Amino acid sequence: MSHYEAPIREPLIYGDKSYHDITIDVAAPVEGKANRKWWIAFTIALLAFLYGIGCIVYTIGTGIGVWGLNNRVNWAWDITNFVWWVGIGHAGTLISAVLLLFRQKWRMGINRSAEAMTIFAVFQAGLFPIIHMGRVWNAFYVLPLPNALGSLWVNFNSPLLWDVFAISTYLSVSLVFWYTGLLPDFAMLRDRAVRPFQKKIYSLLSFGWSGRLKDWQRFEEVSLVLAGLATPLVLSVHTIVSMDFATSVIPGWHSTIFPPYFVAGAIFSGFAMVQTLLLIMRKVSNLEAYITKVHIENMNKVILLTGGIVSVAYITEFFIGWYSGSSYEDYTYLSVGAATGPYWWAFWALIICNFIFPQTLWFKKLRTNFVWSFFISIVINIGMWFERFDIIVINLSRGHLPSSWTMFSPTFVDVGIFIGTIGFFFVLFLLYARTFPVIAQAELKSILKSSGENYKKLRGDNHE
Amino acid sequence: MSSTTIQAIFDDDDVLLKAVKELKAANYHIEEIFTPFPVHGLEKAAGLPNTRIAITAFIYGLIGFSFAVWMMNYMMIADWPQNIGGKPSFSFAENMPAFVPIMFELTVFFAAHLMVITFYMRSKLWPFKKAENPDPRTTDDHFLLEVSTSNDVKVLEELLKTLNAKEIKTKA
Repeated sequence: MSHYEAPIREPLIYGDKSYHDITIDVAAPVEGKANRKWWIAFTIALLAFLYGIGCIVYTIGTGIGVWGLNNRVNWAWDITNFVWWVGIGHAGTLISAVLLLFRQKWRMGINRSAEAMTIFAVFQAGLFPIIHMGRVWNAFYVLPLPNALGSLWVNFNSPLLWDVFAISTYLSVSLVFWYTGLLPDFAMLRDRAVRPFQKKIYSLLSFGWSGRLKDWQRFEEVSLVLAGLATPLVLSVHTIVSMDFATSVIPGWHSTIFPPYFVAGAIFSGFAMVQTLLLIMRKVSNLEAYITKVHIENMNKVILLTGGIVSVAYITEFFIGWYSGSSYEDYTYLSVGAATGPYWWAFWALIICNFIFPQTLWFKKLRTNFVWSFFISIVINIGMWFERFDIIVINLSRGHLPSSWTMFSPTFVDVGIFIGTIGFFFVLFLLYARTFPVIAQAELKSILKSSGENYKKLRGDNHE
Repeated sequence: MSSTTIQAIFDDDDVLLKAVKELKAANYHIEEIFTPFPVHGLEKAAGLPNTRIAITAFIYGLIGFSFAVWMMNYMMIADWPQNIGGKPSFSFAENMPAFVPIMFELTVFFAAHLMVITFYMRSKLWPFKKAENPDPRTTDDHFLLEVSTSNDVKVLEELLKTLNAKEIKTKA
């Protein structure tokens, strides 16, 4: 019937699954008990988070002086971590919005977790600009309110203010997009719940979703329009983040290739983080039938493409740095000066992690290998952190006057806050994995007949 | 004349779709359908008019855009013009390029949030709202169809049986 799909397309749901099986498999992690491994992971994440809170409290109580910043390098790990986390927070919306517009069915197995990951990553990102203000109690100054001393307003010419608007729009729109998609799945958990407490919680969360025909019609329209809005939004966010640098007058940052370069890098690192999390999750939560080789391979292809774009950007910078003929610019860009200077290790970490290792994904054997994909995803996460570190710290470490050249060394507080955000991220994600429907089961059911292995096989047999 | 509403439960989306088409052809009035997932083509078969929610999103976007223009013009040009790095600040047109990012963000912000709020209001979805699906299985793998008739109920029940309904009962 209407469920026909070309037999050459690989199935997206393995095994002999019925609609009810999908319900059971998605509800299982929520209804079951956490095992020892979950508790160990959660404890480690929680300790890291608490350590991070300690470092944040110390920073706020004492001042930004507790960081390793100095006269030349006046922006370092804080902004590196901010850009890193925002970048990671780009994959979820890309998967749920852009792939929805392109009618990519494989997004349905992974979009829920990718979006959760996005939202949790943007939380971490949002922390850094607030902490690095130093006087956090004045954070409301970024809002367009009349100043306490008169009617002085915020400066709409500043990319830092654009950032405030972009990140808060992105976070809030991603959140409602994610939540609207969750309603039918919370309703599923509500209608299955046996324990009264669980029933109460999921009734509250499901907003009384009943699955009426008209509700579904609106639901699909809203998803489509939100996808259409979120697609340019996701591109705008990292464009604006890159403008924090590109619209400044500092050589090495004042560069028109930054917006596409940053956006591609964001998708690159975001997909890597999705890989890291999903490759673990499919094992731990027994979702191997839904997050399959096809999903992993498709994501690896996106990683390969976006990795290619950032590599072209590196090469462009390298060329421009040399072509300028200025020994100063030949250091501030990713260039010969950077590659051989005191930060050679950071430069080469970037090239090896982001350019050389991802090339292995050209081989089908490697990009369909789960262990290798996991390894590559970790490597890219590290590489993308170094990319931001290189752009920010290498650049700032040298000015026109050699007498002012300095190196940056982080203090334990810099490191502690970063570790703390990683801990916070995993605390949120681990809690999510135990209490939320981690797969958009309602959407997945709608493609079971077209893309389920058993149905495809059935149709194949009928054709012969 | 009083009408009776029959609830029929199906366990397959294709069977349901076929049943809806047959019932429409036999001129029955379909009151409501509860499904666990969006069934492709069902709203057409049931004769549901298109939703206008995308149009509201467009209007909300326009409101957001206008708000952004008004806000930045008031704050940066009308109320307190400042010389910031020599950038032009005395007419909106000259300063406008710097305002584009926030115009875009607020357009999206208004369109997305107000549309979702409209959806929640129209579909009556909010915290503490009680679910109204008559059978808990309709969020799992069953489909519930409510058909009303003012004629002979037996005929309708017979028809539903031939259309492979799994369970048939009269709505209380």
